[in-house]
Amino acid sequence: MKHLGWKKCCFLMTMVLAAVPLLARQIPSSAATSSPGAALTTSAAAPGSSTTVNDKLAQLDQRVTAAQSAGDNAWMLVSAALVLMMTGPGLALFYGGLVRRKNTLAIMMQSFLLMALISVLWALVGYSLCFGGNGPVIGGFEHAFLRGVGAEPNPDYAGTIPQATFMIYQLMFAIITPALITGATAERMKFSGTVLFLTLWFLVVYAPLAHMVWGKGGLLNASLGGKFPTLDFAGGTVVHISSGVSALVCALYLGKRTGYPKQPMPPHSLVLSFIGACLLWVGWFGFNAGSALAANSLATSAFVATHFATAAAAISWSLAEWFKNGRPSALGAISGAVAGLVAITPAAGFVGPMPALAIGFIAGLVCYWMVTKVKSIFGYDDALDAFGVHGAGGTIGALLTGVFAQQVINPIFGAGKPVGGMDGHWGQLGNQLVGVLFAWSFALVGTIVLLKVTDMITGVRVSETEEIEGLDITQHGEEAYNLES
Amino acid sequence: MMKIEAIIQPSRFESVKDALREIGIEGMTVTEVRGHGRQKGHTEVYRGREYTVDLLPKLKLEMVLPDPLVQRAVDTILKTAKTGKIGDGKIFLSRVDEAIRIRNEERGENAL
Repeated sequence: MKHLGWKKCCFLMTMVLAAVPLLARQIPSSAATSSPGAALTTSAAAPGSSTTVNDKLAQLDQRVTAAQSAGDNAWMLVSAALVLMMTGPGLALFYGGLVRRKNTLAIMMQSFLLMALISVLWALVGYSLCFGGNGPVIGGFEHAFLRGVGAEPNPDYAGTIPQATFMIYQLMFAIITPALITGATAERMKFSGTVLFLTLWFLVVYAPLAHMVWGKGGLLNASLGGKFPTLDFAGGTVVHISSGVSALVCALYLGKRTGYPKQPMPPHSLVLSFIGACLLWVGWFGFNAGSALAANSLATSAFVATHFATAAAAISWSLAEWFKNGRPSALGAISGAVAGLVAITPAAGFVGPMPALAIGFIAGLVCYWMVTKVKSIFGYDDALDAFGVHGAGGTIGALLTGVFAQQVINPIFGAGKPVGGMDGHWGQLGNQLVGVLFAWSFALVGTIVLLKVTDMITGVRVSETEEIEGLDITQHGEEAYNLES
Repeated sequence: MMKIEAIIQPSRFESVKDALREIGIEGMTVTEVRGHGRQKGHTEVYRGREYTVDLLPKLKLEMVLPDPLVQRAVDTILKTAKTGKIGDGKIFLSRVDEAIRIRNEERGENAL
């Protein structure tokens, strides 16, 4: 019965996909709109013509705009690619190394699947739900099937780059967010359940939250008329709190892995995790510095802050381990780096290098404490510490943003107006708290409901025998390592 | 004819092999094994979770020798495989009834 429902689901999806080309209006071709420069060269190359000074000034103006657009667009396309690289191979390797060898392909497949699945959903309705319309809770359908998303910029969000660039850049965030949750469901969640749950989660939790924080008119939007202006430069609430808190709910709902915590479950290859973490660090420059949505000095500032916070967090986590266990571990150093990247995400475009060092250092210690102490006190099995790193790191980062944000870095509330506590505007810490609590509750409630729904349709957990045999064989019919073949 | 099975520390393998070659023993079979006797394992810590790893990597050398060579071989292994710490391994001796070379079906000590 359950099986049948799932098959129907697949069939429906295929039908919808097949119908898309019929429904969607043609995206305006870029050649028609985006090359004023090309048209200019011919007319401007005729000296001695009767062109007035005003015409020339207007032409110059257009050329400057075109030049800026070219620079910004180049950076944003690179950033989009960098953010995709964070999911695959970055996160896939990071998580892939942390599981036992029998579950390696399963966890990597989940990240890869999301690269495909969320992309399709994004083109159909996702982008529109996040960035169409100007409602307080969720966007509309005006950009469904990517209608009207082409070479023309959308001045509400990024006035110097084609809206299609903004669209594809934001897609990469929507891909990595649900992928982070798979760290908590690792080694025991059904593949069919994962697909259904994360599809629903993207539509019901991610899309509204992204709209509320980043969308025009969103409830929590700091620059486009939100009621509770929450500072979230690159996704501390939307990406990390939402995925981290949902991860915790998933871990509790699914229950512990068979044999946890008595049976040892050490990472099967820290080499894979190490490479993954390094790719995450590099990719995160696209995530954070790219969130400036232009190749400007704010992007540089975010890049710098991101780097220093990450370095400080790698050191603080390692120091904590060194004091506690007598030895710093490689896994600790890379986990610390990821914690720092998470924590600086909401703050990246609001803080200078010194506060960034502080944020990273604090985040490394807090996340270390979360995964080593708090997890064992409460006994939940957050297999790869998606909550301990992303939920906790995102929360700490969002709150510290309210403390350290400065108008000299980013005058988001208008020139000369104080931004965070360092500027004397401690009320911002309250706004941050509202944003954090809201994101927590929203993710919490949404995830519980969606897990129940998924459980009724496909089921969420594999059988004990399947779990012991491993998800690679039971869910995908293959093995990660056939070393003797 | 006797069979010598020696379980040794992987780090001593090259010295043992060289010393055995010097006394004229070339043939042996080596296997990577895991185990422990009195030596306790070590602990590994992954994000605060401690695991005791009690099966440690060792190498097992097997060789079948004519009687006159056995004592010298044992002495050589004892001398070169020893570090003096717990975990140096063990040597087992057992009598072998027959040996046959597959290529030409030679039997007994000629097959060694």
